[in-house]
Amino acid sequence: MAPLLEIRDLTTRFYTLDGVVHAVNGISYTLEEGETLGIVGESGCGKSVSVLSVMGLIPDPPGKIAAGQVLYRGQDLLRLDEAQIEHIRGKEIAMVFQDPMTSLNPVLTIGRQVIEPLIVHLGMGREEARLRVVELLEMVGIPQAADRYGDYPHQFSGGMRQRAMIAMALACDPSILIADEPTTALDVTIQAQIIDLVKDLRDRLGMAVIWITHDLGIIAGLAEKVVVMYAGFIVERGSVDDIYGDPRHPYTLALMKSLPRVDRSSGEKLATIPGLPPDLLGLPPGCPFTPRCEYAVERCRQENPRLEPVGPGHEIACWVDVTTGRER
Amino acid sequence: MAVTEVTWEFFEEEVERPPLTPAQVAWRRFRRHKMAMAGVGLLIVIILYVTVGAFFYSEAEANRIDLSVTLSSPSRSFPFGTDGTGRDILARTIYGGQISVLIGLCAVIVSVTVGVLIGAISGYYGGFIDAILMRFTEAMFNIPQLFLLILLAKFFGGKIPSFKLLGRSFSGSVVVIIGVIGLTSWMYLARIVRANFLSLKEQEFVTAARCVGARNASIIFGHILPNSIAPIVVAATLGVANAIMSEAYVSFLGVGVQPPTATWGNMLDQAYHHLESEPWMWFFPGVLILLTVLGINFVGDGLRDALDPRALAEAE
Repeated sequence: MAPLLEIRDLTTRFYTLDGVVHAVNGISYTLEEGETLGIVGESGCGKSVSVLSVMGLIPDPPGKIAAGQVLYRGQDLLRLDEAQIEHIRGKEIAMVFQDPMTSLNPVLTIGRQVIEPLIVHLGMGREEARLRVVELLEMVGIPQAADRYGDYPHQFSGGMRQRAMIAMALACDPSILIADEPTTALDVTIQAQIIDLVKDLRDRLGMAVIWITHDLGIIAGLAEKVVVMYAGFIVERGSVDDIYGDPRHPYTLALMKSLPRVDRSSGEKLATIPGLPPDLLGLPPGCPFTPRCEYAVERCRQENPRLEPVGPGHEIACWVDVTTGRER
Repeated sequence: MAVTEVTWEFFEEEVERPPLTPAQVAWRRFRRHKMAMAGVGLLIVIILYVTVGAFFYSEAEANRIDLSVTLSSPSRSFPFGTDGTGRDILARTIYGGQISVLIGLCAVIVSVTVGVLIGAISGYYGGFIDAILMRFTEAMFNIPQLFLLILLAKFFGGKIPSFKLLGRSFSGSVVVIIGVIGLTSWMYLARIVRANFLSLKEQEFVTAARCVGARNASIIFGHILPNSIAPIVVAATLGVANAIMSEAYVSFLGVGVQPPTATWGNMLDQAYHHLESEPWMWFFPGVLILLTVLGINFVGDGLRDALDPRALAEAE
């Protein structure tokens, strides 16, 4: 059976005045029904652009999906016209954004915003939709939902706004929820609540989740599969156990080392990855991580490695075997 | 003891008061604006003058020609005097005021509709559509408005027959003037709306709205437009004043609303040959135009301050 969502060789570029930005460079992954996939990487490595490409929300111009396929239940979303993809967006695939402060319209009431997908996709009448909105707001844990229906976003706290966003995303019972760093703008206690909420809803509604984050800690407790992205490439992918128990790409290793831990002695310095992610305007021919990589060999500068399996369901794109430190 | 209780109640009241909606904040700021409130007062007086006055004088009286009392100065029977054909100026300012205000409001409805549509579509879609619409807007800007106004009024004048509405008969020239003023004054608003849309469409809530499957029309009118309501309201208010002035211009030049339908503007036109000898003929309609325009401008200023988004954010 075909997977729920299959992304093949997705390539997204931005044609700017400074040149072509290679934001996403031929990534592929699959998502099964009810599965949770984590996409990890630093800022500016193409995580958000890759999912916006899936939703058909890349601003064009300057953005362009140069190649690839996005197969949702076997149907290529990139070939649909605007009217057709509007039926998918918000109904089949829904999305929650990073900053609930800016992703809710400040001059419309919460109810007015949550009700929209119900009316657009399910053709509900006002009254019916209104009841459903209250139900949804209750489901995501907003107290006195019926009274808060007419509130404006500025009357909600950050966590409550994100809950309202989630209610909006779940309104039509989508089969995929894409969460683009939904907890980054929230403080830690609220973060935990939102993660628990999404987990709980995922299990109850049986939807698949793509969770984008730069926080490896969140993914560990949430996802089944992990994709690690760097400079628009997938550099490693595998199950959560593979990635956390046996990371094989130098970038993943470096990310793991830079996680703060409570059990580390207090004098110890937190490891960091030197340098910055490369400028996506002009990528060098070799592996983009080379300049920051402690394992780099000559070949890394010449040729960009492709993803190759190192275990069942575990793939990396690297010329070096990090367990031995030698070229593979 | 009593003191503590009072303080406690005071705090409780503070806590339980629900936060204000943006409209409430704006209304509060508007109320504190003295000039704006004076403008509102002025406008209420003028509205009362043209509506309640109609109960004392019938329209037939306002248009009745009585050659035995031509050009009489203000007296007990004609408080504002009479014009060259013996019509009562007081009665004519009442009915003329109705037409002038009506033209002002309707012309603004036309110009706001056109301006918002062109600005919104231009700003939202950008690219080629934007280029075409904005060049068109600039072209319209480059033609002197008064010239265009006179030309169009002259061209369309007399082509629309008189019609009856709500038991009153209106000269067809009223419709012509509304259309002409509306269609020559939308450009400024179109630019404001376009600029607003250009920045608003990049906001994340627009992406979020597209993400739930909202269609373009719903995003333009349901999501983005409510965010740019403040400048539109201000521009529309000031637009009413401008439309009343424009009506006065064209009517003064004799191509506007045709007698016997009175407007403040064509009353001024008829006073042209009597500027020095019979000053009451231009004084009363002139003062009414002045007060109305002044009142509207005060209100517009107040609205601009009250709806200023930076000020609203501060108040929160």
